[in-house]
Amino acid sequence: MAADLGRVSAVRTRGLTRGYGGRAVLDGVDLRIAAGEFVALLGRSGSGKSTLLRALAGLDAGVAGSGELQVPGGSSPGATDSGASAPGASGVAVVFQDSRLLPWARVLDNVILGLGGADARSRGRAALAEVGLADRERAWPSELSGGEQQRVALARSLVRQPELLLADEPFGALDALTRIRMHELLRELCQRHRPAVLLVTHDVDEAVLLADRVLVLERGRIVMDRHIDLDQPRAHRDPAFLTHRETLLAALGVGQRTEREAVS
Amino acid sequence: MTDLSIDRHLHQTSVGVNESDARLAGRPAGGRRLGPGRRVPGMLALGPLLLLLAWLLASATGVLDPRTLSAPWTVVGTAGELIADGRLQSNLLASLQRAGTALVLGVAAGLVLALVAGLSRVGEALVDGPIQIKRAVPTVALIPLAILWFGIGEQMKIIIILASVLVPIYLNTYAGLRGIDERYVELAETVGLSRYQFIRRVALPGALPGFFTGLRLGVTMSWLALAVVEQVNATSGIGYLMAQARTYGQTEIIVVGLVGYGIFGLVGDTLVRIVERRSLAWRRTLGG
Repeated sequence: MAADLGRVSAVRTRGLTRGYGGRAVLDGVDLRIAAGEFVALLGRSGSGKSTLLRALAGLDAGVAGSGELQVPGGSSPGATDSGASAPGASGVAVVFQDSRLLPWARVLDNVILGLGGADARSRGRAALAEVGLADRERAWPSELSGGEQQRVALARSLVRQPELLLADEPFGALDALTRIRMHELLRELCQRHRPAVLLVTHDVDEAVLLADRVLVLERGRIVMDRHIDLDQPRAHRDPAFLTHRETLLAALGVGQRTEREAVS
Repeated sequence: MTDLSIDRHLHQTSVGVNESDARLAGRPAGGRRLGPGRRVPGMLALGPLLLLLAWLLASATGVLDPRTLSAPWTVVGTAGELIADGRLQSNLLASLQRAGTALVLGVAAGLVLALVAGLSRVGEALVDGPIQIKRAVPTVALIPLAILWFGIGEQMKIIIILASVLVPIYLNTYAGLRGIDERYVELAETVGLSRYQFIRRVALPGALPGFFTGLRLGVTMSWLALAVVEQVNATSGIGYLMAQARTYGQTEIIVVGLVGYGIFGLVGDTLVRIVERRSLAWRRTLGG
């Protein structure tokens, strides 16, 4: 959005640590995400991906840790007090792996949950139209398919015009075909709205397909920081795509190439 | 399920039904296979009707002594007389008013206490203990004390009914509030809901199913408590009518009173169920 030059980076952490029961899950993470930059965070399960995302989302109250943490709209959205954010632009929006729609609220009411202002409903409708669900605003969440529910969740995030969009494996629970369409949708929406994005995923293809930069987290540390300098839309067949893919897989400790050859 | 419908499908086709019909016929008609089955209009009246039939037969054949229980037609006749001279209506109204007032107050009190206990730890510490203690004591056992404190008038009756209604409302709403999925609380935090917005958009609707369970129990409880307190020095109400009838051995009036209690209990429960179904339209459950 209005990338005022005072804030070149949307996210900035320095020496961020988080731990559960004495075990360090994040072990000194230094992370910068520029405004409007799309960053994917890869890592095996237990590498601390979700812990990092939850720290940025301000959802880790009560978790022991230290370090500097800067996100749009204050230290963390969980702690935003009344009036901290003007109606409209708010700092951080989160998309969860489950769509997390309130089952007792209709689709439109879910999208504009917590949104102030007289134009909230019309803005919610516009966001629904953007994700292709303009005609479902009166539906209950249980009447939607999994993909549709996740699109509503996207609309709920976008309508807030966040400077930072945090997505925690948002397509993990979707089938492969739906996931492909969601990738396209997310790419379009991010190009149009330009939030900074941190996409947590364990899908290397997804990361290379969407992100400007891919990070690999291992045992609480960022062990790889790789720019993906390919034009959108990207093709899986592109040799450069494959190079990125192999490199990242290697960093994740998966000998994909040898495995494949062994199988075929 | 798939196997079953394919089976039926093949069967139907082989019998010679055209294909689209067969496909429709192959679908299980009762809705969900593991659900309770299809809803037939009026089916719920089946049990009560059978009971009525048994009563009719027993009275007509003389198996049932009228001194034990008057025949249905005597009851109907007596009800007619009571309605004609206005005694039934005025007493029903008195009972309804009593139960209604106490119900409204009890629901409000139970709801407020549940919110206080369900939404804050301090509230829980203050409220939950006393209510659990109150729950352990039968409300009816409070009548002697209530009489000493509030006399034998209307006030005492309403307070006793209120105290019985309050408990199920409180317990179920409180459980509903505490049972709200942590994930929704997290969501509320990320979208920056204020405390008030959280209560309005998440906590209350989330606790609504529990509240309705409590309300249905509460309506029943109000009726139950009503019947008890109306035995205590009432000068109006169905209970008063019945107490008088007992003195003169008029079982038919007692039955009229019982039927009155029954009908209003049923009507109350049905009303709550209608409201419940409308309010919880978002739910897809086996019963729906």
